[in-house]
Amino acid sequence: MRAIFSHRAIWPVLALALILIVDGIIAPSFFAIRIVEGRAFGNLIDILYRAVPTGIVALGMAVVIGTKGIDLSVGAIISICGAVIAWRIHAGDPHVVILLLALATGLLCGLWNGFLVAILDIQPIIATLILMVSGRGIGLMINLLYGGTDPSFESALLQGLSVGHIWLVPTRLVLAAGIFLGLWLLMRKTALGMFTEAVGGNAAAADLAGINSRLIKYSAYLISGFCAAAAGVILTADTHTSDPVSVGMYIELDAILAVVIGGGSLSGGRIYLGMTLLGTLVIQTLTTSILTSGLPPEYNLVVKAFVVLVVLLLQSNNARGLLFAVVGERKK
Amino acid sequence: MWAAVLRGLTLVSRIQLKAISKSFPGVRALDEVDFDAAAGEIHALLGENGAGKSTLIKIMTGALQSNSGEIYLDGKPVTITSPADARRQGVNAVYQEVNLVPTMSVVANLTLGKQPRRFGFVDWSAAKEFARNRLKRLSLDINVDRMLGSYPIAIQQLVAIARALDDDTRVLVLDEPTASLDTAETKMLFSILRELKAQGLAIIFITHFLDQVFEISDCITVLRNGKAVGTVRTSKTDLHGVITLMIGRDLGQTKKRKYNTHSNKDVPMLIAKGLGRRRTIAPFDLELRKAEVLGLSGLLGSGRTETAKLVFGAIKHDSGTLMYNGQQMSGNSPRQSLRLGIAFCPEERKAEGIFAELSVRENIIIGLQMKRGWLNLLSQSEQERLSNEMVKALSIATPDIEKPIGQLSGGNQQKVVLARSLVSKPSVMILDEPTRGIDVGAHAEIINLIRKLCEDGMALLVASSEIPELVEFSDRVMVLRDRKIVGELVGSQITREKIVQTIAGGN
Repeated sequence: MRAIFSHRAIWPVLALALILIVDGIIAPSFFAIRIVEGRAFGNLIDILYRAVPTGIVALGMAVVIGTKGIDLSVGAIISICGAVIAWRIHAGDPHVVILLLALATGLLCGLWNGFLVAILDIQPIIATLILMVSGRGIGLMINLLYGGTDPSFESALLQGLSVGHIWLVPTRLVLAAGIFLGLWLLMRKTALGMFTEAVGGNAAAADLAGINSRLIKYSAYLISGFCAAAAGVILTADTHTSDPVSVGMYIELDAILAVVIGGGSLSGGRIYLGMTLLGTLVIQTLTTSILTSGLPPEYNLVVKAFVVLVVLLLQSNNARGLLFAVVGERKK
Repeated sequence: MWAAVLRGLTLVSRIQLKAISKSFPGVRALDEVDFDAAAGEIHALLGENGAGKSTLIKIMTGALQSNSGEIYLDGKPVTITSPADARRQGVNAVYQEVNLVPTMSVVANLTLGKQPRRFGFVDWSAAKEFARNRLKRLSLDINVDRMLGSYPIAIQQLVAIARALDDDTRVLVLDEPTASLDTAETKMLFSILRELKAQGLAIIFITHFLDQVFEISDCITVLRNGKAVGTVRTSKTDLHGVITLMIGRDLGQTKKRKYNTHSNKDVPMLIAKGLGRRRTIAPFDLELRKAEVLGLSGLLGSGRTETAKLVFGAIKHDSGTLMYNGQQMSGNSPRQSLRLGIAFCPEERKAEGIFAELSVRENIIIGLQMKRGWLNLLSQSEQERLSNEMVKALSIATPDIEKPIGQLSGGNQQKVVLARSLVSKPSVMILDEPTRGIDVGAHAEIINLIRKLCEDGMALLVASSEIPELVEFSDRVMVLRDRKIVGELVGSQITREKIVQTIAGGN
């Protein structure tokens, strides 16, 4: 029992369970899954489906936060990738090349962030703020390259990746699983994860232990840029248009929140990839639940903020101790 | 008038501490310490790192509460509950790091938190008047509208003192006030201190510059391992006497032991020629041979740590060369040193040694993993085998190797840091204060380990503030003073007396 309660997954799992139980009470049909035209439909599928872009971005964010950094520019990177996709489709490039180009664009953005943070030693929050602010403008400028009159497009390949499905499973879930697996192997089956956590936990000690902390920080921003680009492909293909102003708006905040709900600390030193996905699910389940519960949409954001606050308080040892002390006092 | 009266009564005790004790979990920081500073006296408080100086000051200034003991101000028993309370009672302190706001004006800094107000707004002309008055007391005439940060450190230091001096200040504590001052600036500060002393203040002066102690102080109290080991009038002692107090007695019997002294035919593993860095350490020559322990001795601030870090490459040198095994090395990168087989255990365990959130296992194998590169991860079973081996060999007390190292005791953390170096089988190990802040048992174990590693053929460079311990394990000792190597003792020459003499030099 004690082992279960001290496991770090317990509070996010409890939160998730609680939200789902409330959903079940409000509308028993919440869990229904129907199969229509060879695809699965239902709230649970919908939650997973919508959680994918945030989840992928959050995975990259978890690595950056592990180095004691932060990447605010992920939304802007999504915007730039979307613009690149629409631009190159108008130019008539093969779509496979465009896919690779979009991912390369994300890496390029990561290269820029990494340069500012790891080489110039600019504080991560400021360094990535630069691209966060300028990125959507860059997206709009790329749209201008082909006149910018009609940024929508059709692409069987990209839309297949985003909204298609393999048998019953949405393709984007398979993509997310692939990225998670790849990143997990990179972090846990090479020493990169350990080095990243060492640099985030104690940069001075890491340097004295011979770890190249600049390179490690650099790699984290590259990973985050790549993940943002992957999310950018999915989001852009979903609407099959380049909309630099609003695509992926505030996704960086949900991603950071997912990492934190998953137990990651902004003071760095630990990377929990699986827990980050769990955190993303908590956020998305909450959002979907509020939308389907019939609560007026005006309440959406406030309720979400409240539940997030409760989850974070439950995770904090201090707050929990305080709560138990108060409850204990009452019992006496 | 008060000043005149007080000058006549210079031996009236201003602040008196009786049998002050303070414990932290696992450490007795102060053990029945008596301390007495008279009115119109500059009283130097001396001791090595960890001797209890800062704990004692914190108790005087209310930042910490003692577990037992009494404090008297001008003969009346008092309790001091907080720094603000201390100020109210006339005990003010200026800490080593100037804790003012460099981006604000001098006026704003001097009046911060007590701005004169008119109609709810800050009355800046009154504030300026107040600031000028404060500075006048220190004979300082500067433009109070300028940003504090635009003045030299010495002036900032004086502004900090001005801020600390209220009209009713009775005791002024200065923690390393000259650490970042040059000679002329120090002179200026001292003349001001003499004036304040004439006004009847008791000034408690903490420093590691012993020459300054003899220049300015009237009385000296030495702390060692949480005990006040002596209070002497400055005029009645000399440098040698003070150093002897600071580092203490021999551990008793000096065991006869074998020294690994080498003939000149041995090729040294590590040769430093003219290695140095401006403002950090004067160029020095150093040779380290197989199977020997070379000790680095000197007082706090003499450059022990800097020497060790320069040889390892953690501080970049700007003169001289470094050879390892007959090969020239850049000596400017910890990574290169580690790859060649030179390991380093830093003094500041928390800040530079451990990865607190990572497990004991990860903390142990990370050094070896670095050498293998990030792609070539040690298998989980190999990691566990190596870690368990080390935990056993160094008797590290931990329930299991997956426990975060931050939760272990200081001594065990230190052993893990040593294990990290050992696991990659280095041929040279550089240790900086390997026994700092650990309990007696672990202390003995680490000293035995150093001897054993040496007998197995390793070359060790060990910087330590504890002379008895250097006597116990060194084959050679190099002595530092004022960031210079001033002497070398070999084999049976290594005694506490000899080391103390060398540290004190010709003075």
